[in-house]
Amino acid sequence: MKQYETVIGLEVHIELATKTKIFCGCSTEFGGEPNTHTCPVCAGMPGALPVLNRQVVEFALKAGIAANCQINQLCRFDRKNYFYPDNPQNYQISQLYLPVCHDGWIEIETSAGKKKIRIHEMHMEEDAGKLIHDEWEDCSLVDYNRSGVPLIEIVSEPDMRSAEEVISYLDKLRCMMQYLGVSDCKLQEGSMRADVNLSVCEAGSGVWGTRTEMKNLNSFKAITRAIEAERERQIELLEMGKPVIQETRRWDDNKESSRAMRSKEDARDYRYFPDPDLPPVHISDEWIQRIRNTQPELREEKQQRYQDELGLSDYDARVLTESAHLAALFEKTAELSQNPKKTAAWFMGEVLRLIKEYGTEPEKVCFSPKHLARLICMVEEKKVSPANAKKVFEHIFDEDTDPEAFVREHGLGIVQDADLLQRVLQKVLAENPGPLSELLGGKEKVFGFFVGQMMRELKGTASPEAVREALMEEIKKNRR
Amino acid sequence: MAKIIDDETMENVCLLAKLSLEGEEREAARAEMQKMLTYVEKLDQLDTEGTEPLSHIFGSENVFREDEIVNGNQKDAMLFHAPRTKDGQYHVPKTIG
Ligand SMILES: [Zn+2]
Repeated sequence: MKQYETVIGLEVHIELATKTKIFCGCSTEFGGEPNTHTCPVCAGMPGALPVLNRQVVEFALKAGIAANCQINQLCRFDRKNYFYPDNPQNYQISQLYLPVCHDGWIEIETSAGKKKIRIHEMHMEEDAGKLIHDEWEDCSLVDYNRSGVPLIEIVSEPDMRSAEEVISYLDKLRCMMQYLGVSDCKLQEGSMRADVNLSVCEAGSGVWGTRTEMKNLNSFKAITRAIEAERERQIELLEMGKPVIQETRRWDDNKESSRAMRSKEDARDYRYFPDPDLPPVHISDEWIQRIRNTQPELREEKQQRYQDELGLSDYDARVLTESAHLAALFEKTAELSQNPKKTAAWFMGEVLRLIKEYGTEPEKVCFSPKHLARLICMVEEKKVSPANAKKVFEHIFDEDTDPEAFVREHGLGIVQDADLLQRVLQKVLAENPGPLSELLGGKEKVFGFFVGQMMRELKGTASPEAVREALMEEIKKNRR
Repeated sequence: MAKIIDDETMENVCLLAKLSLEGEEREAARAEMQKMLTYVEKLDQLDTEGTEPLSHIFGSENVFREDEIVNGNQKDAMLFHAPRTKDGQYHVPKTIG
């Protein structure tokens, strides 16, 4: 069989984290009752006038600048015309002729090393409503809460060659948007969606094949599977001497296969024209400069700083910066505890362990940095044992408990009380006369037994050093 | 001479506009569209050499709103106009896909 190369370009839709929709003052909140976040503008009533949300332009510029794009300082909105019930105006307001950003790139990293993926353009547009099928009446029901939610569509050049590169590209975009605060990029909730354009060509031939576009990819896993299946499907066609048809295909995750969408669903003639309701946007040099000046520290810079300034390892810096949210929590905690290395150890250990154990997302972790910082200090000050600190932390992680109060209420603090220690010691010695005589006879192994017994009596609230000390003292006394 | 609206164009326009026109209706629509094209064709007589295409006539730019929620729940008023609703949603013919 011939060798084939896969050529992939992506169209990624990212939902912007604005409070309101792109052209009206309706809330963008996810999961409201159907049609409770709608108005004449986003429900496409005749005569309603859209007015652009300034924050959408800000976010688009932030994203574009972070992805090394050129800015179209005069940009405009166009109407993309199509009839479908999810689109109440019968056109989607988008940007075709003068998109806000163009010609950028981002760098991805795979097992094969680093690679630049070029960005063709980024444009602003509005999301459509949601259609659900009603089995009972065999009709469709429409909810326009999503209609008019702001999106940016990021169109890459066909620079990717494998599913691994695609996933790396998406990961990079997601991380970048989260750091910028532009979007939370949740694939499951649809705030990040990717359409895959794929073609295959004979390796080294330089002649590109016909591409197809794959829609309805809701997870990284689905994207990987869809890429592999589509590559195989196209190669099979070519091997049989059949042509690949340029079409839009819909991925079915349950069947793990795709089918061509009917031509009616795929009417490519959108008859774009400038939207006369929306005046052009002029982006001044000052505006661009202001965005540049206020760009937050992105992951790569943060990773470097963690190594240079906080003395963390390359690996720790990489893991801690994977989620912008977790990195922010880490930094705040490190600042409060004044102990970046210990803080890093807690995050790399307990925080990540609990995230994994609960199967939650790093973005959902929400304890107060001051509580973990306090706990770290308490361990350092020997007010709580490392083992008990882990138990306390589980409560901080779950319920954002105040560690000091918790330790006090549950008697988990290290016993500073010498009398108590003595009392427990005498009790343990009296209860174990056999081992005691062995101990006094010089049997070293029994020493550990007594330490264990005392720690158990004290429920781990004593420092092992203090227990050992008291025990040694006792032995010396008895030997005299 | 304006573009002739032939059967194929008619077919495409009906598909894009989701119109099902048959017989006399279709012929009437074709004739009207042909008239419009002939009328608009007059513009071709003008010399537009060196004229920038115009998309907006008022010359205004940067008309923005701030990102503040000003609309509350107007569900009932919104759905009031719909021919048919169910469970707070617009009831429409079954869509494909
Ligand atoms: Zn609205």
